[in-house]
Amino acid sequence: MTPSLHNQAAVYLVVAAFLLAAGIYGLIRRRTFIGMLISGEIIFSAAALNVMALNRFAAPDPVVGQVFVLFIMGLAAAEVAITLSIIIAVYRNYRSIHSKEVSELEG
Amino acid sequence: MIPGSSLLVGAIFAVIVATTVAGALIAVLSTRIIRSVTGLALCCIGLAGLYFFLGSPFLALMEILIYVGAVCVTIVFGVMLSEPDEPQPRAFRGRELAWGTAAILVSAAVFLGAVRLAGRWTAPASAFSSQSAGALAFDRGRQSAEALAKADGSVRAIGISLLTTYSLPFELISLVLLVAILGALVIAHGGRSRQ
Repeated sequence: MTPSLHNQAAVYLVVAAFLLAAGIYGLIRRRTFIGMLISGEIIFSAAALNVMALNRFAAPDPVVGQVFVLFIMGLAAAEVAITLSIIIAVYRNYRSIHSKEVSELEG
Repeated sequence: MIPGSSLLVGAIFAVIVATTVAGALIAVLSTRIIRSVTGLALCCIGLAGLYFFLGSPFLALMEILIYVGAVCVTIVFGVMLSEPDEPQPRAFRGRELAWGTAAILVSAAVFLGAVRLAGRWTAPASAFSSQSAGALAFDRGRQSAEALAKADGSVRAIGISLLTTYSLPFELISLVLLVAILGALVIAHGGRSRQ
């Protein structure tokens, strides 16, 4: 008997791969910094879901993955705080957060 | 067991997966940035459900608390403090389409080749129970962890291993969060006097 859908690792891994693809697509296509930040959060979530799926189905110790995902969440929260403060500082100086216009460092 | 309960569980799981996928699509594709923040929140709620199905209600709670409660609200504040509406995305040019198609074809070929090569790959459970050196190392790690915290993935076990095995990363994360808060304050405060 095949296990039901929520007991198969493949489902979670495919969802995580989809989240990764969507995040990378958004990171490329978005043209404001906040949109890119949101896409980056989706990539973080994809990594966390991947770790949790492998933790549930393949790891001998079910604590490791959860601790790892907790650390990922902490790092994502720190990243959002820093990025938003940078975005606000850039907006003060440039009056814009579009990635085309903030291009002084462009080579 | 209630008859039809497995069907109900399957339906709930399908709804959760659909929520995650739809939230990610809204977050990536919509032009209004506030809608895309809402999509991110939706995606995170779906992810919390997936964590619940993966046997970790604690992480589901944390996902909603941190992502929906903190990250999305912070991004909404960022949206209110700037004017982030996307310009209309321009259409793909011919060369971009050609390169994208080539990339998709190449990655599909690589993926199919990997699937063909890994056709005899067995399920992870049996792979870990086989007596290879890696599995032995894993078993040894498991025993020492079990001695510390009866490794069942419960909140108690997570707490014990956070304060014993992973105490150094735990402290480092708190340091990183402290530095992030201070850095955010300094960076966001810096340009203020110039106005």
